[in-house]
Amino acid sequence: MVGDGLTISREEEEEEEERSLAPLPSSGRHHRRKSSASAASRDGFPNPAHVRHLSRTETERLASSQRELADSNSRIVFIGDPGGSDPRFEIPRNSIRTAKYSPITFLPRNLFEQFRRLSYIYFLAIVILNQLPQLAVFGRGASALPLAFVLLVTAVKDAYEDWRRHRSDRIENNRAASVLDPQSGRFLSKRWKEARVGEVLKVLANESIPCDMVLLATSDPTGVAYIQTINLDGESNLKTRYAKQETMARPPGEDHPVDSAGVIRCEQPNRNIYGFLGNMEVDGKRVSLGPANIILRGCELKNTAWVIGVAVYTGSETKVMLNSSGAPSKRSRLETRMNRETLLLSAILIALCSVVAICNGIWLGNHSDDLELAQFFRKRDYSDGDDKKYNYSGIGTQVFFAFLMSVIVFQIMIPISLYISMELVRLGQAYFMVRDANLYDESSNSRFQCRALNINEDLGQIKYVFSDKTGTLTENKMEFQCASIRGVDYSGGRVSSRDNGEAHYILAAGKHILKPKMSVKTDPELVRLLKNKGDTEQGKRAREFFLALACCNTIVPLVVDTSDPKQKLIDYQGESPDEQALAYAAASYGFVLIERTSGHIIIDILGNRQRYDVLGLHEFDSDRKRMSVIVCGPDKTINLFVKGADNSMFGIIQNKVDLSMIDATKANLHAYSSLGLRTLVVGMRELSRKEFEEWQSAYENANTSLMGRGKLLRAVASNVERELHILGASGIEDKLQEGVPEAIESMRQAGIKVWVLTGDKQETAISIGFSCKLLTEAMTQIVINCNSEESCRNKLQDAVAMYRKFAVISPDPFENALTGTGSTKVSMALIIDGISLVYILKTKLEEELFKVATACDVVLCCRVAPLQKAGIVSLIKSRTEDMTLAIGDGANDVSMIQTADVGIGISGQEGRQAVMASDFAMGQFRFLVPLLLVHGHWNYQRMAYMILYNFYRNAVFVFILFWYVLYTAYTLTTAITEWSTVLYSIVYTALPTIVVGVLDKDLSRKTLMKYPQLYRSGQRDERYNLKLFTLTMMDAVWQSVATFYIPYLAYRQSTVDGSSLGDLWILAVVILVNIHLATDVFRWYWITHVAVWGCIVATLICVIIIDCIWTLPGYWAIFKIMGTGLFWLCLLGVIVAGMLPHFSVKALKEYLMPSDIQIAREMDKFRRMNAATMEIQMNRFSTLQL
Amino acid sequence: MNNSAAGTSSGSGDVSAPRRNSNRPKYSRFTQQELPACKPILTPRWVISVFTLIGVIFIPIGIAALRASTNVVEIVKRYDADCIPGNNTKAYKVAYIQDKNIDKTCNITLRVPKDMDPPIYVYYQLDNFYQNHRRYVKSRNDAQLKDRGKANDTSGCDPEDASNGSPIVPCGLIAWSLFNDTYNFSIGNQNLTVNKRGISWKSDRDHKFGNDVFPRNFQNGTLIGGASLDENTPLSQQEDLIVWMRTAALPTFRKSYGKIEQNLRENDTITVTIKNNYNTYSFSGKKKLVLSTSSWLGGKNDFIGITYLTIGGLCFFLAIAFTGVYLVKPRKLGDPSYLSWNRNPSGR
Repeated sequence: MVGDGLTISREEEEEEEERSLAPLPSSGRHHRRKSSASAASRDGFPNPAHVRHLSRTETERLASSQRELADSNSRIVFIGDPGGSDPRFEIPRNSIRTAKYSPITFLPRNLFEQFRRLSYIYFLAIVILNQLPQLAVFGRGASALPLAFVLLVTAVKDAYEDWRRHRSDRIENNRAASVLDPQSGRFLSKRWKEARVGEVLKVLANESIPCDMVLLATSDPTGVAYIQTINLDGESNLKTRYAKQETMARPPGEDHPVDSAGVIRCEQPNRNIYGFLGNMEVDGKRVSLGPANIILRGCELKNTAWVIGVAVYTGSETKVMLNSSGAPSKRSRLETRMNRETLLLSAILIALCSVVAICNGIWLGNHSDDLELAQFFRKRDYSDGDDKKYNYSGIGTQVFFAFLMSVIVFQIMIPISLYISMELVRLGQAYFMVRDANLYDESSNSRFQCRALNINEDLGQIKYVFSDKTGTLTENKMEFQCASIRGVDYSGGRVSSRDNGEAHYILAAGKHILKPKMSVKTDPELVRLLKNKGDTEQGKRAREFFLALACCNTIVPLVVDTSDPKQKLIDYQGESPDEQALAYAAASYGFVLIERTSGHIIIDILGNRQRYDVLGLHEFDSDRKRMSVIVCGPDKTINLFVKGADNSMFGIIQNKVDLSMIDATKANLHAYSSLGLRTLVVGMRELSRKEFEEWQSAYENANTSLMGRGKLLRAVASNVERELHILGASGIEDKLQEGVPEAIESMRQAGIKVWVLTGDKQETAISIGFSCKLLTEAMTQIVINCNSEESCRNKLQDAVAMYRKFAVISPDPFENALTGTGSTKVSMALIIDGISLVYILKTKLEEELFKVATACDVVLCCRVAPLQKAGIVSLIKSRTEDMTLAIGDGANDVSMIQTADVGIGISGQEGRQAVMASDFAMGQFRFLVPLLLVHGHWNYQRMAYMILYNFYRNAVFVFILFWYVLYTAYTLTTAITEWSTVLYSIVYTALPTIVVGVLDKDLSRKTLMKYPQLYRSGQRDERYNLKLFTLTMMDAVWQSVATFYIPYLAYRQSTVDGSSLGDLWILAVVILVNIHLATDVFRWYWITHVAVWGCIVATLICVIIIDCIWTLPGYWAIFKIMGTGLFWLCLLGVIVAGMLPHFSVKALKEYLMPSDIQIAREMDKFRRMNAATMEIQMNRFSTLQL
Repeated sequence: MNNSAAGTSSGSGDVSAPRRNSNRPKYSRFTQQELPACKPILTPRWVISVFTLIGVIFIPIGIAALRASTNVVEIVKRYDADCIPGNNTKAYKVAYIQDKNIDKTCNITLRVPKDMDPPIYVYYQLDNFYQNHRRYVKSRNDAQLKDRGKANDTSGCDPEDASNGSPIVPCGLIAWSLFNDTYNFSIGNQNLTVNKRGISWKSDRDHKFGNDVFPRNFQNGTLIGGASLDENTPLSQQEDLIVWMRTAALPTFRKSYGKIEQNLRENDTITVTIKNNYNTYSFSGKKKLVLSTSSWLGGKNDFIGITYLTIGGLCFFLAIAFTGVYLVKPRKLGDPSYLSWNRNPSGR
């Protein structure tokens, strides 16, 4: 659910931003790929079908709202007058309710939700059938017990979770807010839940914001307020919000009576957290409101003493509440596979029932003459004098009844307890994954998170990993490395020692010393150049370059206290790490941004404080791929500074400038990106008065226009951003995360294909590819970067021809890619860019691309938009059975994470959007290795075994019942008491499977990490497939035959009564299936011992208790039969005879056809003995692998 | 887990103050899944020992069981056909057995094949009688049998719940169909006493059938199913009924009739005087009289002995077979060269 919501809100975001009136940026994310988060659809990239569908409906809705806020569709809020607010709509108060149930609705609602599972309906139907007198096979209580048990367990779990939600709701609702009292004009304390739309609230620094409010005034004279949105979108950077100057002047409160306040007209509540559209009428003036004027519930006020605002959305209508929904629900591969086997079992069930029903009919037909008088049948009822049939209504009906009754008796062929066991096992597995110290990230202090609880086992079957680059493979901690100014490369800082450029500029501000929080290594030559006031062209350009870096951004400098009272740090808060890095770089070179208000910035240039008025700012957008700012310096010159991606910048440069400089810059850029640096080009233009005025009027027009504001602003920007002087380019390093090359190597060995999807340039992507060992020199690179469909086709055909050529040498490239053993294998790497993907993904070429891509070991996609990422994932997902995993950290990865079978979010620098959409979240990319190779492998193995075992153990039992029915004239009598029948799957045999499902480990963590190849068993579906299922079922049939017929033949023609024989059967089958489990357990912990043997003891106790109830026919039977030698001989015989085939086949298979896992187990066990030889072996093999 | 999206309500605690306290999972061998464990592996030595051990245990047991079974002397005599004069149609037989006016006494002779030592158990065996038929097994009421005050409690007993307007004690098809053939044994002129006490379970006599519950209104209906009961004997002493009401597991079953507590010599001829009352003719059931001694294994049944010998033999065979396999195709356990990625197809 979250997924869909996020996609939508991202869509909306873009639309809304376009209409934003904000004079300063609020959510521009510059130069990050994610800033084009939703640009894809506009760019015409193909979307995965479901996303497209959703966004279309959403766009339609948006299209309608894009018209001027219609009165009918808007909310009217009278400032300070809660009663007067829009009477047409019912507006909730500010109380929230995340709890699903109330004490009254709990039962019906919870039951309703549980019964949405089809299997529960099946069991319910059976319980109901059993209530009919003709069909009452079990007693009423006994028949409902399993279902009731399962429902109860789930209900208790839900109730507990809901109670916790209730508690947090209560705490939340009772927090204190200060609300303006219209009568006294003072702010009074009220509880959050009492706040209403229209009321004026005051929030102090570091307080949470109680509801969505439009800012009226702030403690800052310019009307700025800083908020932290970590709870909303997880981004820890401060965001700026503004109060309108019109209301700033006289905030409602003591001095100003409320009745003079205005009216706000705004959108109806919606879930778009980045958008807000409205206007405000104050003193007859109409002011437009945008997302920069609203502060949302869930945010915290920072660095601002107070703000006053008017509530516009409250309680459940706040954007944060509208956005809150659970983790996406996916279904694991194993569970989907399991459904196939469940259908097979249903077929077996129906077959068994049909056999019983038909035999019943034949028996009745053959004996129809006999039954009148047969004492055990008594077809006629003479007791009331009149001659009627007792409980008999013709063969047809009897057959029908027999069928239904056999469905009731054999119902556990479909294991009801399996579903609850699976949930418990996944819970246990999740517990261990969360608690795993190896998945704990020290730097972000975050544990592993299991957000989706039902796809644990999918982690063991991953074939493709789609990885984001920035923040996933890299740390997303940007560091300025080098600059190219006027074509001259200054990268001395890269090589010089650390303390060289340390803190050159410490500024005295009053009695404090101000210092940027971080400094970068500076290039000494460049520093000299800047300090040297000589007006060389190079020096001038260099200064303009750093001035551009210092002012062409949306960074907010914050002054932070340090432990040293004389020293204060300047902390650059911004939404883009690149901008932060550039601002810190400028500061290190002496261009320190000190203050930013809504209208101007103050920059300390080499010791001189100078004020620049910010006249206009064109935000970054994915079409232009650049941002620009127009500032008026102290010398009253008006300058346009632009920074952006190289390809967008070189298109708008002045043609007259010397080309050699451009070429040198391009060469430098190429060199930077080859080093894996992120590059930006900076340019400027001085605007003449006339130009400025033209721009200004256009800008004003665009800003105040009510329709298509975004488009107009873009046009204005494009119009002014032309004929630039190129100042230079910067190179920013994004460091690789720890352990990434090793992790990628491990995954490669594990047969997992790693695809990197990045928004970076091709050169950057390739160099990162090399540095993280994704690409090696030995690989043949296939590069596809074309500008037309035709050239794409040619390139692809070449690629196909190439891999065919290799295919001739090594017969099956797919197979080789799979096992990595190809003798003459030439590994290939496909590098493809976003533009080519546009041409390919929407045409027939998709198939070709798929062929090439799957034949390659490595695929690097650069310059891709978020929805293209999803498109690539679904390219693989729709064409293969292989499991896909997407890992990313940013909002641009959300669509990919949701499309893939397993989505993993990195809880890193880029906020929590990816985490919110993910199934699992963790701190580091390298955790993928233990997660997949160790936990994934274990989870898959455990779950696969548990499912098979559950099928098997219930089938054994059902078959035993079935054999007995053949000797009861097909009348569905059970020798085993109904209570034992019911308890069999939920008590007698349930616990061991859960314990084994949670705890058993086929291999140790060490071995699994050492031999990543072992992971392939999951990719090959080795632990759960139709063959295994068939074998297990055959085993089940044999075991049921042994269990039934050994006692049957031993007690034939004896005085044994039904209950005694039933007790023997139930004990035999419970011991047998538990021993079966015991032979398959890999590791015996004391818990396993307790569970397995304890269950047998528990069964014995239960059987004894049941046989101590004198009203049951089986009273004392267990004691009687346990006193005979034959009982014990039968029991032993059943167990040994039942286990013989399983044990022999297992021993034979493990010896003659050992799986990799079996060998690794032996190595695990006999490691000490083999240690020496193994080392030699492994060395040999590792060299062979290269 | 799913409310973290709400952020404000639950997520705030851990997100806003990430560094206040470490989230590092506490180390314990349990949470890190490093508990000490035993890792059994089916090594050749283990497999061979297991099979040998089973063989060593099973074959002696099998021999002992077989011996016990062969030592049991058992005389089985089917009499349902012999006790109706002539070789007649089923309808005739049914009419014959239903006719109350015919004296159904019938004599058969049994020859003792071997010496039989007491106690010699007398059973009657019914074939094709589905005591486990669904509509039959359910037709009883255990509360009524135990408690005098619950005589009216006849739920589940239909169609034999009430007769002539008053409840039947004991009610239900099971009691109603109580077996009513009787046997008298004699060797020559000397009567063999049959001890009919103690043939039922003590637990049944003490706890299941009340000693103050007397049969009432029993076999008063239109259709007589079987034996009548003495209205002056409490149910707890009606041992034939108690035995009969422990319904058999299978359609061919034996029920204790009594015990003969004296020796029978080889080639003795026993004359049995049977009152052939019970109607099995209507459903082609067979009636047999069984005299049998017993062993520690119960009656005569070679099956368990043969099964044990078979399993034991099979296990010996498997032990040898596995030894052969291990010798013919030796494989060093845990040898990494057997790993699939090391078994290079091109043999490089």
